[in-house]
Order: sequence, then structure tokens, then C-alpha cells
Amino acid sequence: MPPSSSPRTLFDKVWDAHMVVPETADAPGVLYVDLHLVHEVTSPQAFSEIESRGLKVRRPDRTFATLDHSTPTDSARSYVTAEAKAQVATLERNCARHGITLAGWDSGDRGVVHVMAPELGLTQPGTVVVCGDSHTATHGAFGALAFGIGTSEVGHVLATQCLLQRKPKRMRVTVDGRLQRGVSAKDLTLAAIAAIGFGGGSGYVIEYAGEAIRALDMEGRMTLCNMSIEAGARAGMIAPDQKTVAYLRGRRHAPHGQAFERAAERWLSFVTDEDATFDKELRLDASTITPMATFGTTPDAAIAIGANTPAPRSDSERKALAYMHFAANEPTTHEPVHVVFVGSCTNGRLSDLRAAADILRGRKVAESVRMLVVPGSEAVKRDAEAEGLHRVFEAAGAEWRQPGCSMCIAMNGDVVPPGKLAVSTSNRNFEGRQGKGARTILASPATAAASAIAGVLTDPRVFTQELEDA
Amino acid sequence: MPERFTQLTSRTFVLPQESIDTDQIIPARFLTTTTRAGLGARAFYDWRYDASGAPIADQPLNTLDTAEHRILVAGDNFACGSSREHAPWALTDYGFRAVISTSIADIFSSNALKNGLLPITVDPETHARLLADPGGRVGIDLERQELTIGNAPPISFAVEPFARRCLIEGVDPLGWLTDRMPQIEAFERGHAL
Ligand code: SF4
Repeated sequence: MPPSSSPRTLFDKVWDAHMVVPETADAPGVLYVDLHLVHEVTSPQAFSEIESRGLKVRRPDRTFATLDHSTPTDSARSYVTAEAKAQVATLERNCARHGITLAGWDSGDRGVVHVMAPELGLTQPGTVVVCGDSHTATHGAFGALAFGIGTSEVGHVLATQCLLQRKPKRMRVTVDGRLQRGVSAKDLTLAAIAAIGFGGGSGYVIEYAGEAIRALDMEGRMTLCNMSIEAGARAGMIAPDQKTVAYLRGRRHAPHGQAFERAAERWLSFVTDEDATFDKELRLDASTITPMATFGTTPDAAIAIGANTPAPRSDSERKALAYMHFAANEPTTHEPVHVVFVGSCTNGRLSDLRAAADILRGRKVAESVRMLVVPGSEAVKRDAEAEGLHRVFEAAGAEWRQPGCSMCIAMNGDVVPPGKLAVSTSNRNFEGRQGKGARTILASPATAAASAIAGVLTDPRVFTQELEDA
Repeated sequence: MPERFTQLTSRTFVLPQESIDTDQIIPARFLTTTTRAGLGARAFYDWRYDASGAPIADQPLNTLDTAEHRILVAGDNFACGSSREHAPWALTDYGFRAVISTSIADIFSSNALKNGLLPITVDPETHARLLADPGGRVGIDLERQELTIGNAPPISFAVEPFARRCLIEGVDPLGWLTDRMPQIEAFERGHAL
């Protein structure tokens, strides 16, 4: 690592520390990967590719696999198709053959890849983390450079522990002020993406900074970094601080004893230098944000709940509004909601389930609504059950299911029926994302729960003190 | 091993919608496959087939002569969304060899280039000309990095130089990486990883 005298950003520091061969005009750089996360959907062709070349998995000790995308979330484990079942069996076989640790069906570690790795202490500050999944940016919450890769690149990392990469540009999103009570990290996230714009982050790695970011807990930071890709960014990062260190202490794959203290000291050096510059800067004020929800079919099409939809500026925006059955210049809080989904790597962690349970406690999900609560991992499930959250959900009339991606990607049989409206805590509201013809509103766990009770999109503060106080 | 790409002259097929995401290109329920082959039949599936799985008659993607139309011209912010390489696999298997838009998602572009599908970003004016002439003839010369629309003078476009070399000379990125194994090993030794 050439010591650089000029001020560097957090991203620069992580990047520089992992350059095996620097990039030139003719060739991208060779970037070393510390942690490679693998799941059943984007890996089979990568294993076939390296095997057909007679190559081995170079660092099985730096590769961790889980089953999440196409796995059923009912207790009977009924696969949607034989092909889905075969895909899971393929990963089991590939991991066994190459000596890769797999959090398989009977492992207490299993979970959605981006929920599982931080829980196990695999995700650490200053490292490079990749996975064949675009929401890998989640791990940036720890000050790691984490991004999604395609299946060909999964093969590259399996075989060489490296990737060919050109350095992205640097963007900083500074969020000043404090979030109001009753406003969550997801609301901040949707507001940030609306501000950056869909595609506005294309070619950049975003660093989130400022008072409101420092105030977020680690789970909230993960929610924010998770959706960086929805603004088109390669990755999102937050500088590690004492909260990061406290989160990692005692986790299975984090260092222990004296080694932990030494690591913590090193981790805390991954911060942006005072005079470092960014290619693009954006400032937001957290105090003006209220609970947010999307109204269109791209994640940046978000407004405050109860606000009027903006007039469409293009045919695509007109089409999106029509697909959602919403009108221009009207609020979106009248359309009946049919499905509510709490889960995913964006909002399937313990704090998310607590937020939903706080709203649901002592209340009922509307007759017309099917509500699914899907914990992000076995650990989240255990912790939630230890607190009795599952009983709150079941008493309210919601389904308490097994961990997995579930309705976030709707490839395991958990789907929103055609034409139905869902309020979902996941990250994508694309046409058909949650099932053919499904209409998706993205929102926070509290909003999802409030909407399940009311049967229409609802600001969760109507069920708490916050709205009266505001 | 990537498909080679040097020159292509073909008619365009135009999908003017903005933000055509990877879930449109290949819906998630078709990602349970364990091979790369055969995804063309499922490209844009939910646009092409009705709820019963019958092909929608007036959907041009169902009747397109794919041998004649190998260049997809799409609205702004094409292929945003997931990292699924199934998206370029589906498009190439369907018959496309190039995609032109005003902006194309990072991960998709990187995946496309590894599969012989050339992503080309053009300015809004050129884009408007292409959108206005569906089925028009377009020439692509990767060596010269030039795009020719009809009989108009060529327009130059940018491509990442290494990806260009891979496409033209058939350089294999994984082979190139494995050739750097001594440096990778030295890096690991020096970094107490
Ligand atoms: S929960 Fe959704 S976004 Fe997260 S890994 Fe699963 S499919 Fe991807």
C-alpha cells in the first residue's frame, strides 16, 4: 500500500489497501476481496465455469454461503418448483466439494446473506466484501467497501479472490440535524434516494456522513447503505465509530481479546480525512423528513405519506402512476392495501420487527389484508421469539414465517397476487417485482404495520404519541 | 470465454420506456436455473405472455425477426436493479448483441461486456434520433468505436479499453486474472490476511 500524503476519503483508504495491481489506461486494477458471500441463485454457473477450467476455490476460508433467495418460508419447506429445489441442492454440493462453509437448512446461522454476515461478525470495517447480489452495499454500514457482482465475477473471486475493477467516483451525502421521533432509518433512506435520484449515484461510491447518520444505530445504517444501489450507486459506506466497534465485540468471526482491541484501533482509522474532496456532494436535513412511501415503480419515486403525488414529467412516469392505480396530485392513502410484507435484508432485523410489533401490539390486521412477517435470519427469529414478538404478530393476525428473502424477490412462491397492492419493507417496487402485476409501495416496518391495521397506507404516528406531539 | 465482437450492422428494435429494470428483462422466478442456456425464451416474459402463459399477439417481441434486429435501443436508465447476469444471458440468447441508451446501469454493463453484449451510451440527441426510427439500420464498429445511423456521419462512443480488448481479441478476463497469481500471492503474504 503506497502511503499517500494527500487527504483521502474512507473509500480511498479501503480501495488503496486492497490494490494488488493498480489500474492503468489499458487495464483495470486487481482488487483483493476479503469476504465473498455466496447464495444459491447467482453461483451455480460460476462454480461450473471454474470447474470446467480445472480451477479450485482459492480461499474457501474467506467464502461463506447461505440459502435464502429461492428457499420456502413455510415450515413444511415446500419448494415452489423442482428447479428451485435442485438449485439449493447444487449449492449444497458445490460447498461440500470446495470446502466452503454453508449456513444450510439445519444451521442456526442461516439467513438472508446481508443479514447473516454482520450477525456472525464476518463483515468488518476497512474490508472488501462482495456477493452476487446488488444489495451487498448493506455491509458498507461497517465502513467496508461492499458491492454486488455478476456471476462471471463470482467465478473470478472463487478462483482468484480478486476482481478486475476501475475505481468509481466519490460522492458524499451529508445528513444534518436529527430525525424526528417516529421517523425511521427507512424514511431517511427513501428521502435520500429521492434526493439523489434513480441513477443519480451511477458510477459513484457514496459515503453517508453527518449528525443524523452518526445518530443511527448499526441496523439503521445497514438499512440506509442497503438501498444505495437504488440510486444507482456501486456502494454506500459509513465510517466506523464506537457503535460499530460495540456491535462487533463478541461476534463469532470478529477477533477476540487483545486482538479485538488492536483491530478496533485499526478499524477506527478508516475515516475520511478532514480535507479530502468528493466528486459530488449532497446535503439533506433530517429534521424535515416525515414517514415516506413510494408511489411509482422506481424506488426514488417517494413522497411523505399523505402528500400529493407529483404531476408526471414523462410517459414513463405516467405509466408508473397508472400501473399503481394512483392519480396525479392526490395522496396515495385511499387505495385499499391487500398485502403487507415485513422482512428482507433492508428491514428484516430485530429492530425492524420490534418497530412493527410496537404498532401491532393489542391491535388487529384488517380483515382484507394478508400480513407476512419474515425474519431476516434464524438469529433474528430466535431473538424475536425470545422477546415474544412472534406472539404479537400472531395475535394481530399476521403470519410468522421462516427466514428468507421471501416476498422481496418473490421467487420462492411468496407472491403478491396480480393487481393487488402491497406495502412492503423491502427495497424494490419495480413492476412485477413481488409477483406478476403486483403493485408495491415501499415503506418502513412501522408504516407497514400501521397500514396493515388501517387497510390503507398510513403514517404510523397516528398509532403513537408522535403525531399528536408533532 | 467471452464472445468476440468487432463489427455489427443490423436493424434496431426500440423499447422507449425509461428505467427498464432487470426484473422486466428477466423476472426473478426464472432465476432458479443452474445453467446459462435457454433464457431468451423468458426475456421480457411478463411483457410477452398473459396470465395463462399464452403469447400476447400484438407484442412485437413475440414476432420480431431476431436475426434482423440485433440492436436494442432502450429508454434512459436501462437495466437498473439487480446484479443478475441472467439479464445479459437472456438478451443475448434472445438475439441481441448491442444495447444503446442514454444511461445503462453499472453492474449490467459489466456483466453484458463479459457476455459479448455491447452496451453503448449515447447523448440525448442521438438517442432521440434512434428512438424516432425503430427498425432503422445502425452500424457499430467496435475497433473504431463508431456508431453509424443510416447514412449519417459516424458518431464515436466510449468503451472501457480492457473490455474492448477482450471483445476484439478474445482476451479472457479470468485467464488474465489467474496470470496475476504471483502478485496476488505476494499481496496476501504482505497483508497478513
Ligand atoms: S432480501 Fe431481497 S434484496 Fe435482500 S438479498 Fe434477498 S432478494 Fe436480495
